[in-house]
Amino acid sequence: MDSTRSDRAARPGGTVLSLLVFCLISGFLLFVTVPIASLFLRITPEAFIQSLQQPVVVDALVLSLATASVSTAIVVLFGTPLSYVNARVRYRGREIVDTLTDLPIVLPPAVAGIALLMAFGRRGVVGEFLDGLGINVAFTTVAVILAQVFVASPFYIRQARASFEAVDPQYEDAARTLGASRLAVLFRVSIPLAWSGLISGAILSFARALGEFGATIMFAGNFQGRTQTMPLAIYTTMQGDLSDAISIAIVLVIISFAVILAVRYTTRRAV
Amino acid sequence: MRSHTTLTLLVPLLLVAAMLAVAGCTGTTQPNAQQTTLTVFTAASLTGAFTGLGEAYTAENPDVVVDFVFDGSQALRTQIEQGASADVFVSANTKHMGALQDGGFMENDTVAVFLENSLAVIVPADNPAKIMNLADLARPGVKLVLGTKDVPFGSYARQVLDTMAADPAYGTAYRDAVMKNVVSEETAITTVMPKLTLGEADAAFTFKSDVRADDRSQIRRIEIPAEYNVVAEYPIGILASSEQKDEAAAFIAFVRGPTGSAILESYGFDPVR
Repeated sequence: MDSTRSDRAARPGGTVLSLLVFCLISGFLLFVTVPIASLFLRITPEAFIQSLQQPVVVDALVLSLATASVSTAIVVLFGTPLSYVNARVRYRGREIVDTLTDLPIVLPPAVAGIALLMAFGRRGVVGEFLDGLGINVAFTTVAVILAQVFVASPFYIRQARASFEAVDPQYEDAARTLGASRLAVLFRVSIPLAWSGLISGAILSFARALGEFGATIMFAGNFQGRTQTMPLAIYTTMQGDLSDAISIAIVLVIISFAVILAVRYTTRRAV
Repeated sequence: MRSHTTLTLLVPLLLVAAMLAVAGCTGTTQPNAQQTTLTVFTAASLTGAFTGLGEAYTAENPDVVVDFVFDGSQALRTQIEQGASADVFVSANTKHMGALQDGGFMENDTVAVFLENSLAVIVPADNPAKIMNLADLARPGVKLVLGTKDVPFGSYARQVLDTMAADPAYGTAYRDAVMKNVVSEETAITTVMPKLTLGEADAAFTFKSDVRADDRSQIRRIEIPAEYNVVAEYPIGILASSEQKDEAAAFIAFVRGPTGSAILESYGFDPVR
């Protein structure tokens, strides 16, 4: 509160302050690293290798990677034109569109899950119509992908919009005056220039899709090989074989590390 | 500028202080000198019934406050083994209670099975798959929800199906057909009920006590005959480390007495006299 007094105290006691800051920083770093390190300490390499061969672990890994890849592809397909238009075109209601596309970031996963049920469930707003056509979404792999697209899309769209906004419009205008069509400009100028941002956005989306738990368990259920993704498998195996749960968790930690490194690498190359 | 930052720092602080003050005023009332507080570790499937029991008990004994901790039996057992202080432990199966008895955590002569439970098949009230009996569960296209093989209501369901498979009236083909209809394996009853009430799933194996009075409008129960059904046993007992063994014994006597039994029956349990 009393900033003048703390300013005066900071000068003679500079070492005290820096010591305090050091303690705060190291304390927080410990808080982050100890739980992650504990995962690796609680399991022997043999048990880890053995777990990785368990059908429940293999099925979850395959399903997670497959669904997260499909989800990311869908997000890129729908999200790229949307983010480009919102970066370049000023139209009425653009703010509303931006808010809507950001909404899943702050929605709790449980809310996403119940919302998807209300929409695509057997008695849902859309689901009832689909049910009449004989299409059932709940408890299928499609439901897993829908849940992932819902929660992961903002990560790509936000990043893509920022990257398109960072592209100097002069390049696009130059290409247009040289006779390139709008589409050609998008694919030959804008996307290549925004490329690293688009890639890192897609990677972030993929990571968020991999980690999706709440909406999936509510909307898609928990069935090995069909809807049991890695987070659901961790939750399920915790009640039985803990070493399987730890192994899946370790795999997810490794993937998360790779994601962070990949994002760092792609964004750094841009600069 | 400076006064502005001071203000932005002050406002949240004042808010926090106000919240603390409010929490302090509305928090748990301090028990006075004559009041005892009993801590009862209770299996999660008894949440509704024991909340009612606690209210009834305090109404009869104003000088006793009953604090419940509801969690999975496995988690409660671990907490007791790690030194948590409680007076009474109520487990959803004999396995976890037995482990505590072997470890010397319980007053072994106070431990007894006081409650039995069994399984039932539940369907949504409008019954989209038109399930009238157990045989209908094997019909192709029925969406069935089970517990995982590690949680009690899931392992018991598999036991029931195995017993039915051994009976020529149903046979192994029946069990395999039913298992083929499983669309989701849930880890807790809490995620099963919404899937039924929303009509996402057609049927589920649950404890018969899981259908509460206020679910009756949305959920219908199909009984499983005794010859195929299981008996799930719930033991209750006093912890060796309890410093209020007399009060704990009085509470257990109330749970097992006529008032307690009536409350438990209203939740679908079968009290063991």
